[in-house]
Amino acid sequence: MLKLMKYLKPYSLLIFVAISLLFVQAQCDLALPDYMSEIINDGILSGNSNEVIKNGVFMLAVSLISAASSFVIGYLAAKVAAGTSRDLRVSVFGKVEGFSNAEFDRFATSSLITRTTNDITQIQTIIVMVVRLGIYAPIIGVGGIVHAYAKSQSLSWIIALGVLTLVCVILLIFLLVVPKFKMVQGLIDKLNLVVRENLDGMLVIRAFNTQKFEENRFDQTNQTLTKTNLFINIITSSMMPTMMLILNLITLAVFWFGAQAVSAFNLNIGDMMAYMQYVMQIMMAFLMLSMMFIMIPRASVSADRISEVLESEPAVKERDCVIPLTDVKGRLEFHHVDFGYPGAEELVLHDISFTAYPGQTTAFIGATGSGKSTIINLIPRFYDVTSGSITLDGIDIREVSLHELRSHLGLVPQRANLFTGTIRSNIAYGEVSLTEEEMQKSARIAQAMEFISSKEDGFDTHIAQSGSNLSGGQKQRLSIARALSKRAPVYLFDDCFSALDFKTDAALRAALKQETGQSAILMVAQRISTIMHAEQIIVLDNGRIVGRGTHNELMKTCQVYEEIALSQLSKEELT
Amino acid sequence: MSERRDASSNRRGPGGPMGHGMGAPAEKPKNFRATFHKLLQYLGTHRITILIVLILAVFSATFSILGPKVLGWGMTKLVEGLMAWQIGTGLLTDFDYIRNCVFGLLALYLISALCSYLQNFVMSKVSMKVTYQLRKELSEKMNRLPLKYFDRKTHGEVLSRITNDVDTVSLTLNQSLTQIITAITTLLGTLVMMLSISWLMTVVTFLILPISGGLIGLVMKKSQKHFINQQKYLGQLNGQIEEIYSGHNVVQMFNSEKAELEKFKGTNDELYHSAWMSQFLSGMLMPIISFVSNLGYVMICILGGYLAVKKVIAVGDVQAFIQYMRSFTQPISQIANISNTLQSTMAAAERVFEFLDEEEESPETDHPVSVDTVKGQVDFQQVRFGYTEEKIVIKDFSCQIKPGQSVAIVGPTGAGKTTIVKLLMRFYDLNSGSILVDGVNIEDYTRGDLRSMFGMVLQDTWLYHATIMENLKYGSFEASDEEVIRAAKAAHCDEFIRALPDGYQMVLNEEASNISQGQKQLLTIARTILHNPKILILDEATSSVDTRTEVLIQSAMDRLMESRTSFVIAHRLSTIKNADLILVMQEGDIVEQGNHDELLAKNGVYAALYQSQFSEGD
Repeated sequence: MLKLMKYLKPYSLLIFVAISLLFVQAQCDLALPDYMSEIINDGILSGNSNEVIKNGVFMLAVSLISAASSFVIGYLAAKVAAGTSRDLRVSVFGKVEGFSNAEFDRFATSSLITRTTNDITQIQTIIVMVVRLGIYAPIIGVGGIVHAYAKSQSLSWIIALGVLTLVCVILLIFLLVVPKFKMVQGLIDKLNLVVRENLDGMLVIRAFNTQKFEENRFDQTNQTLTKTNLFINIITSSMMPTMMLILNLITLAVFWFGAQAVSAFNLNIGDMMAYMQYVMQIMMAFLMLSMMFIMIPRASVSADRISEVLESEPAVKERDCVIPLTDVKGRLEFHHVDFGYPGAEELVLHDISFTAYPGQTTAFIGATGSGKSTIINLIPRFYDVTSGSITLDGIDIREVSLHELRSHLGLVPQRANLFTGTIRSNIAYGEVSLTEEEMQKSARIAQAMEFISSKEDGFDTHIAQSGSNLSGGQKQRLSIARALSKRAPVYLFDDCFSALDFKTDAALRAALKQETGQSAILMVAQRISTIMHAEQIIVLDNGRIVGRGTHNELMKTCQVYEEIALSQLSKEELT
Repeated sequence: MSERRDASSNRRGPGGPMGHGMGAPAEKPKNFRATFHKLLQYLGTHRITILIVLILAVFSATFSILGPKVLGWGMTKLVEGLMAWQIGTGLLTDFDYIRNCVFGLLALYLISALCSYLQNFVMSKVSMKVTYQLRKELSEKMNRLPLKYFDRKTHGEVLSRITNDVDTVSLTLNQSLTQIITAITTLLGTLVMMLSISWLMTVVTFLILPISGGLIGLVMKKSQKHFINQQKYLGQLNGQIEEIYSGHNVVQMFNSEKAELEKFKGTNDELYHSAWMSQFLSGMLMPIISFVSNLGYVMICILGGYLAVKKVIAVGDVQAFIQYMRSFTQPISQIANISNTLQSTMAAAERVFEFLDEEEESPETDHPVSVDTVKGQVDFQQVRFGYTEEKIVIKDFSCQIKPGQSVAIVGPTGAGKTTIVKLLMRFYDLNSGSILVDGVNIEDYTRGDLRSMFGMVLQDTWLYHATIMENLKYGSFEASDEEVIRAAKAAHCDEFIRALPDGYQMVLNEEASNISQGQKQLLTIARTILHNPKILILDEATSSVDTRTEVLIQSAMDRLMESRTSFVIAHRLSTIKNADLILVMQEGDIVEQGNHDELLAKNGVYAALYQSQFSEGD
């Protein structure tokens, strides 16, 4: 939590002013009972109506000052909280943008999203709380005790008793309820799980006629949830009446013992009434404080999650002095590359060496988990190799800047991530200077022209978040067109053809061959037919190269390749 | 996943006071009255209990209202005693009287608290019962709705009705209902007490109320706009973050980090502006309320003091009046808050009732035909079907499949290959035409019986969070462990299951990701073998399965198909070639049917598809 303090620094002046005003406000609020006491003592009891009016006017002025301070404090607190959270969001977002895949794996994308949104909102809330109440409540608490003590020492024990009871009751409720809260969260998750499973498996459930079974499964969780919630509800709803009861009893105690003090001339009646009000203020302050202490652990969890992100350094870093890349031909070489995911014990790639030549297609095939996509991910340095090296035109890719390296690579990832905007903005993503002609050419090669022109708005068709208004095949084709717009010397296709039907797949490969000319193409595929005609096919099994060559060569020499081929095609089609 | 999150976040906004501060606009139901009425019907069975709760609430409020008055009496007596002593006409203090006051008050406070506890206890029980009932009904309803319904709704929407919406209703039932009663009682009771002390002071108090109300209204109105904006920009920002984070490799590849950061900053600044404005404005409400209340306090102090000096009213009464006045503003803002909550509760309740009122599957036939002797002949007769009325996908399809024959369904992705399957199992009803199994219209079987004839192995392998044994027994709950193991052996599962940490007792995790995709597929095959269906439905697609497992899956599927009528969504050429009937689908419609040689000779869609799959590609 303290680590994020520096984000408050730009607002230290505002915070200082706010704290000063909080003192003013607290002093004003504490002064009101004093004036009331004067009204009673010097006014009413002495029958002096001038005193009544005079003190009344003072009271009015004081409460006006209090309200004005409170206004300004609210303004400052809002500025500080919203400003800090804005700054935090930019920092976190900027940081995450620079993360390599290793950090994304470590944190998980969904967690990074909540850290940037909900967790920061949490911080914003606590800042407002702390500025408005966290500082105000102790001032009132202490000030109230001082004022009360000045009026009467003999009644102090009532305050002590009241505060003690209050704190005990709150503590007790927490001890009872907090573990149950966690339980409820777990039960709700479980309920959600059952419903989600029911929705996902609706066909299966109906096919097997297991509706009753599912309803029972739901019912069991529902019953436990209901019981636990009932307990929590009963406890929490009794909190307010209990607080009221304590406050009332304390007031009563002040009255009873105060009355005796008044009769013994140890206390005057106005002071006794003021005393009652102080007691109220003190109790309220403690109530507020305990509420704050519930919030703080939650906020501090959020703060830790945020600082964790901010303190992570991306595993992939640029060298201080980088070699500039000029006139890249696209000869990509792996030299004895080993790779293991950060933190994992086992290597996923063992001693991988190959050369991908410009103008040729190098294809990778193998079972799931054999390391095909991992090879592709090493090239743009989403991860760095564990040992060995990768060179582009003879230069180690770690020697050049990330920006330059990536600008020479055209990647089509497995999942076609499109961005909100239009078809145009997606194809021209990152390439602001792309001409209309070039864009249409990319779309044509990617076999996307047909569906784009069938849309009413053509290239200006709106794309919803993550391209959810397009089919899988359409997204994939746009993602291919986007990569082609880069006119890169090296293209990386990471298993992006499986979302396409065979016909489109074939047409696309034909067009690609024609148009990409001297670029080197690296391609990961599941289907033999997609890669059958590649100049070089590399067969992977458990992270090792177990065969390389053309289709015909491999059919003779590589057993793994033959197995894959036979599982997909019949004998006659393979020749 | 993302759609789920959207559905719930759109409705609710992000958690925390940032989205729900005072003055935040409430979501409004379409028809408040109708929904309210329905909710009342739901509470109907608890009528008496709720009546008791309401009475308790009135008692509790009344007793606590009497408090200040009684305290005022004691105070007056104390002052009177003091003054009498000063002018030397009486006793110092009538302690007996004060003691009575204190004991009276003690009783009042305790009874009030007791009523409060009781009322909360009973109301918690009622609201939990209603919540439980609602959830139960929703979960049961889910199984009675036609699949058509779920085509229109995202999972997130359904999910949020069962959890979030029911929660909202439950919370309101639990708190707001009694709060309303308490607030109204307090309001009226306080008013009576204030009038009984001094009508003049009451009038003065009421002069202040409009000031308070007006100011609050003004701030609320101003802040609404900013709250709406804040929600809007927060949604936008979340969308941006989600998109960029999940596509971060693309952003990095295209070197767009700076451009995206700038875009982010733009939205972030907009959010900042609306966030602090709404925070500030809603934060103003408290000082306004307390200032106005202080204003009233001062005025009553002055006026009361003046009147007390003039001996028109007693000092204790001034003190009591101040307390009443202080507690007068509370129920007003409470009622304002509750009306807001009530709106959003009714909106939530409306969604729940909407779901419960959805049209269910067409009723079952009155005279169901038994399925015991079914051989597995299937006839499609002039079948016409569309997922929506406007868009008919299958126009006029007829064919006959004899018992034991296999049907291959082929076509490009998205051609609607599963439609036939869904019609066959009556997940959807036909627009016209009929499907017969063994010469009997499928509508003349009960849905349960009909579906029990089929065994289904889909690409989307559905398993649930339970042990492997339980998953295999799914649908054949009475099967013995030996039978399960026999089925597992037939499906080539036994070996890998035994190699797993707890063997058959291993619990699959929530995403069933602790076993591989291929293993999942094998498990669903074993499940189907155990189920022993008369007619089979298979989806051959085995992408993302490694080669060796795929060979196993194929062999298990082949075994399953022996001597059973089967419908196969085919990907393997051998399956297609060996099929007795091939149905070629395109854009939802069946465009060709026949066997492999017939279709090749036709030189139509099938021939083109067959050739493109294995041609040079140029």
